[in-house]
Amino acid sequence: MLLNQFLLLAAALFCIGVYGVLARKSGMLVLMSIELILNAVNINLVAFGALTEDVGGEVFALFTIAVAAAEVGIGLAIVLLMYRNRRSIDLSEADLMKG
Amino acid sequence: MSVSATLATLAPFVAEGPSEISSVTRDANWFLTNAWIIPLIPAISFFIILFFGKRLPKKGAEVGIAAVGLAFILAIATGVSWMDHRDNFDGELSESPSVIAHGDDAHDESHADASDGEEPDTHEAAAHAEEGDSEEAHPYVAVQNSVPWFQSGGIEFSAGVLVDGLSVMMLFVVTLISLLVHVYSTDYVGGDRRYTHYFAFLSLFTASMLFFVLSDNILQMIVGWELVGVCSFALIGHWWEEKPNSDAALKAFLTNRVGDIGLLIGMITLFFAAGGGQTFDTLAINNAINQGGVSHTALVVAAACLMAAVASKSGQFVLHTWLPDAMAGPTPVSALIHAATMVVAGIFMVARLYPVFFEGMSIGGSSINLLSTIGAVTLVFAGLLAFVQTDIKKVLAYSTVSQLGYMAMALGVGAWGAAVFHLFTHAFFKANLFLGSGSVAHAVHSFDMKKDMGGMKKFMPNTYKTFIIGAVALAGVFPLAGFWSKDEILVGTGGWGFFGGTGGNGAYTFHLAMGMIGAALTAAYMTRCIYLTFHGEYRGNDHHDDHAHADDAHDADGAAAPAHAGESHDPHESGPRILWPLYILSGFSLVIGFVNLPPGFFESSKVLSFLPDGWEERFLHFVEPGGASYFPGIGHGTPSWSLAVVSSLIAFGGAGLAYRYYFVKVDGLAKATGQHLTEMPNGPVTTNKWARAGHTVLVEKYYLDHLYTGIIAGATKGPIARAVNWVNQNIIDGAVNTAGETAVMIGKGVYSKIDQGVIEGVVNGSGRISDATGEELRHINSGKVQNYAAIMFAGAALLAGAFIIILAL
Repeated sequence: MLLNQFLLLAAALFCIGVYGVLARKSGMLVLMSIELILNAVNINLVAFGALTEDVGGEVFALFTIAVAAAEVGIGLAIVLLMYRNRRSIDLSEADLMKG
Repeated sequence: MSVSATLATLAPFVAEGPSEISSVTRDANWFLTNAWIIPLIPAISFFIILFFGKRLPKKGAEVGIAAVGLAFILAIATGVSWMDHRDNFDGELSESPSVIAHGDDAHDESHADASDGEEPDTHEAAAHAEEGDSEEAHPYVAVQNSVPWFQSGGIEFSAGVLVDGLSVMMLFVVTLISLLVHVYSTDYVGGDRRYTHYFAFLSLFTASMLFFVLSDNILQMIVGWELVGVCSFALIGHWWEEKPNSDAALKAFLTNRVGDIGLLIGMITLFFAAGGGQTFDTLAINNAINQGGVSHTALVVAAACLMAAVASKSGQFVLHTWLPDAMAGPTPVSALIHAATMVVAGIFMVARLYPVFFEGMSIGGSSINLLSTIGAVTLVFAGLLAFVQTDIKKVLAYSTVSQLGYMAMALGVGAWGAAVFHLFTHAFFKANLFLGSGSVAHAVHSFDMKKDMGGMKKFMPNTYKTFIIGAVALAGVFPLAGFWSKDEILVGTGGWGFFGGTGGNGAYTFHLAMGMIGAALTAAYMTRCIYLTFHGEYRGNDHHDDHAHADDAHDADGAAAPAHAGESHDPHESGPRILWPLYILSGFSLVIGFVNLPPGFFESSKVLSFLPDGWEERFLHFVEPGGASYFPGIGHGTPSWSLAVVSSLIAFGGAGLAYRYYFVKVDGLAKATGQHLTEMPNGPVTTNKWARAGHTVLVEKYYLDHLYTGIIAGATKGPIARAVNWVNQNIIDGAVNTAGETAVMIGKGVYSKIDQGVIEGVVNGSGRISDATGEELRHINSGKVQNYAAIMFAGAALLAGAFIIILAL
């Protein structure tokens, strides 16, 4: 079983996702990066599930997909509202929580 | 959908019982095992109407009528199959096929404790013997078809249908009444603003009730029960724009919630006490109780809690107050609620779980118990209330409460068959009366008998005739439907000791007396209602002249009718879609009583003795699970000619008194003076102090509404809240204040000595440190999401690193 390749792919995706979340300014791209992170996790789950021949891995991946769908729904709603209110989805401008 | 019947849940009880009997099978024809289709059809129709109704040519009504019509046809097919199954069943029982219950033997064995000292089976055995040589006395075997729904904690939750005489009877009643109500509604609420929505909920209402009566386990019953409640809420509040309507809907819902608590507690008690914490199956629970292995105390608790549910749903005394208010809904809905769905749910539940009540309330061999007494009180008290109503629907509503009291009383005295038969006949004549009142109200745009009706006989001869038939059937006049069922209930009380006509489960003499009074009251208030509505002079026109359009406010059922703006128009007869349901229902009211002629009727009537005895008690034969393992061994009263004659005379007496008052005295005076009278100007209510006081009590509905809203709810809000506040202010605060003052004194001492010197320095120092730290850390709190994310990832990376290091060590 070529587990390493899957783990490397997942790690690469995860890093790209983390980079996107931390570095991009656009809210949309941040959301997409979050999806990348989640899918990296999914790849890990499925890979390990296949390795141990345990269907639990796939099941959890399905749960993750369902949760991701819900999360992106809320995230898009927030971004949409942000755009309506500010005419911009630049995250660096959104700092109302500044202490 | 492949339905594989499983009855594994029954196993523990079959195993532990002394005699392994269980009158249930799945070996039956297609209609009986697939009865689940019947509630499914209107349920699907609900969704179709809801989502596509507005686009259909008839706005969804046609879907509802088709669905309920189909359900009705299936219900009839199921009924016919059931009759065949009842008489010719020779298939295999679901468990222990070697011990096929031989009707009476098994019956005596298993219920020896329930009915000791009596001979409950003599009559039954005789009835079976009379059925002829060609036909053996077949055991009563219910058909159950259930599938596992899900498993949790080792308990299997199943979903299924239980088809026996009781549920088949309910299927027939519910689908027939619902079909007629659907047809009637197309005219009655024609042009309504929420016409489609209305039909959708009629479908759901029908589906819920069908689901409820077919449930084979108590969980499913709870679901059906609540669904019925929700639908009634939606339909009572159909015209929610007007406050009284939405208030009435809320009141119905909340009053039912009170009973639902009882339902839940009762069902949970049953699950643990009789279901052994293993099964919700109705038959398993009933079997376990019949086999005598269940704690009596638990059954008393369960029966009492379920009693609360019955009182709220079936409008028994003290929780009946929502029913008359529920008249705010459209009239066809009232007919449906009162005749077929909703209010009979409570009676049905008692009938279905009868062993719980039979054992829990100790019905056999006693002469008073909670169920029968509440029923008896309800039937008289509600009958009295019907006298002071001016709204025709409220007269009928209190009449329903009173008739439900009859049914509850019959169940309470052990006359199961009589109660269920009364439910059956009552459905027809009460639906008839409600739809008749709706027909009148449709013509005059009001429900007020005193103000807007009178003399309707002239304008609406067909409605008048059907209404009279319904009223006579309700009053229990021979030979219409109500006579037979009411007489059976009176016989079933076993209180008629004269002339040898007795029997039953005990001498419930008090209940017999209440039943007689109720019969007189019923006849009298229906006479009053008929006079005020149909006789005398029409009082609508002058009212219209005086207050032009004042009637808009209380226009019958809001926007029910197309606007007849005419200042002084005569009401006219309703259309065929309103009249035909009336004709059909009054036809049933005329003849339906004959399906359950008392045993020995032909023989003792001399004239009819050439008719075969097998025609007697057909209803009881097919519906009552006599001898089945899940039904207690109840006794049957012996019918008595003298009782029938006396109860009829009493009913005639009640009607006669009311007739003399209204038709002779009031009408005579009205004609003599030319006034529009509804009561005698110098009647006892105006001249006699006590009569006036009684009248006020009735008008105020025994002050129960005041009790609930004013005293209970008000007390909770007002005095109790104030009392709690007082306790809070004086006692708790006092304690707190004293403690506080003491603490202040001590504190002052400590302050001057220790605090100023030692502590202050430390505190100020730490304060300064945290201030400075905060000032530095503030910069991290940038408000930018990505900074937070970076910190989070950094932290996660650190923790992951620490984790790896720890693992490596």
